[in-house]
This record gives sequence, structure tokens and C-alpha cells, in this order.
Amino acid sequence: MTTHDREFRAAGVTVGELAPRLRFSLRLRPDNLPQARLALGLDLPEKIGGLVTAGQRRALCLGPDEWMLDCAEGDRPALPAGLPHALVEVTDREVTWRISGPRAAELLSIGIARDLAALSPGKGCRTAFGSVQAVLLREGEDSFTLSVWRSFASHVAGLLAIGQRELACGL
Amino acid sequence: MLLIHCPYCEETLPEAEFAYAGEAHIARPADPMALSDEEWRDFLFIRSNPRGTHFERWRHLHGCGRFFNAVRDTVTDKFQMTYKAGLPRPDLSAMKEAAE
Ligand SMILES: [Zn+2]
Repeated sequence: MTTHDREFRAAGVTVGELAPRLRFSLRLRPDNLPQARLALGLDLPEKIGGLVTAGQRRALCLGPDEWMLDCAEGDRPALPAGLPHALVEVTDREVTWRISGPRAAELLSIGIARDLAALSPGKGCRTAFGSVQAVLLREGEDSFTLSVWRSFASHVAGLLAIGQRELACGL
Repeated sequence: MLLIHCPYCEETLPEAEFAYAGEAHIARPADPMALSDEEWRDFLFIRSNPRGTHFERWRHLHGCGRFFNAVRDTVTDKFQMTYKAGLPRPDLSAMKEAAE
């Protein structure tokens, strides 16, 4: 569901801001992974950039001890109190856009220095977009989601809009 | 732009994701009170600043967030290797011999 769709058909890419989704930041020592996987019903990936989905829960591994959980409305993931961890809701921290279309990767390349061809569908990473820290997920070959902290949103939205106009103009 | 290999992500990524963090392998004195002012000054501020091979810390700031160590040539800016934080200083002469 998008709230502020901007479509430039000629650009070959659409950018839409997504409605907020319940999101948690999880920090956990890798030794405690087996217990956490059991409690969450989610096979938390160990490889940085790995993404797993189980039902309405999804986890992206951001670092050796850090995961981002996306959950359905009303879900409240919890870990046993005896297990050392930090699980913090960060739903309102970020703004997320879906960027899709045949030129989605090209549009993203205006702000991301990474080789996007090396990011295969179903993988993600934390990186920087226009020098702003961002979490990028490749949802499909031509579909990405990009999340940045709320205070940077207007800067990033502006860059994306300029990029779309440039693509539409054939620049 | 430099490409830097993050030993945690196991990927070679653009410099824009990383932050330099000074010389590596500088251990904080266990008992600072036992040090003279000169020794404490040396710990805080005096660095080797070599021309050539430099052992230095980097942080994959816009990525996994980890600090790690790198061996970089300060003349050519070429990274010889990177390795995880906490590992001992690598023996470069042994590496060179192994490569030959
Ligand atoms: Zn990394």
C-alpha cells in the first residue's frame, strides 16, 4: 500500500512510500542464536545480508550480532527473559520506499556506491544512499525497498525525484 | 574510490561505507595511574605515521558496523589485507614468502 505514489512512466521506475510496518531491531550474541530461532519461529540468518521469512515475520541480518525484524500489525515478537538480548521496536524510526521498474537499479545507483548487480534478489544490506545510512532490500529482480531514518527522508525523497526526472528526460 | 574488503561481511565494498579509525594495535595501558605524563601523552597522541606499510583500524560504519584492521600502504593507498579486530598483527614477511 502506498501513500505518496509518484509515477514517472517514462522514467521506467516508480517510487512509492510504504505505510509503516511493525519493525524491531534485535541484538544478540551468535552463541544464543539457536534459542532465539526457536523462540521467534524464525531461522535467523548468520550470513550478513541474508533474509528469511516465516509467515508474517521477516528477518534481515545486518551485522554479526544484529538483525532487523519486520512483522505484521499486532505481532509482538519476544525472547525469553533469561536470554541476553536487546529487542527494540523501531517502527517509527524509518521511512521506507518501494522502488520498482526496469530501471530501479539505475535510479538507486545515483546514491549508492555499491555494485547493485552483486545484490541478488532476496538479499539486503545496510549501505549509504546519498551519504545517508540506509537499509536496502532487493525484493525482486526489478524491485527494491529502501529505508532511511526519518529525519533524512526529505533529502532522500528529493534525490530520488531528481533521479526519476533525469531518467525520464533521458539524461 | 577505494574498494575495501570487510572481513565480517566477506565482501569488497566502496570506501563510502567505511570510516577510518586511526592506527591499529595500540593497547590501552592496564593501569593508567602508573604512567608518567610523558607515557600517557605517547599513548594518547604519538603514532608511528610510517611511509609505507601501515596497520590501521577501519569501521564498516554504513554496513555491519564492525571495527576491523587493515594493512595499507600509505604511499600507494593499496590495501594489502584486512582482518578481524582482536586478531594479532599479521606476519607480512611470511605472507610475502608464501606468495613467492
Ligand atoms: Zn562489514
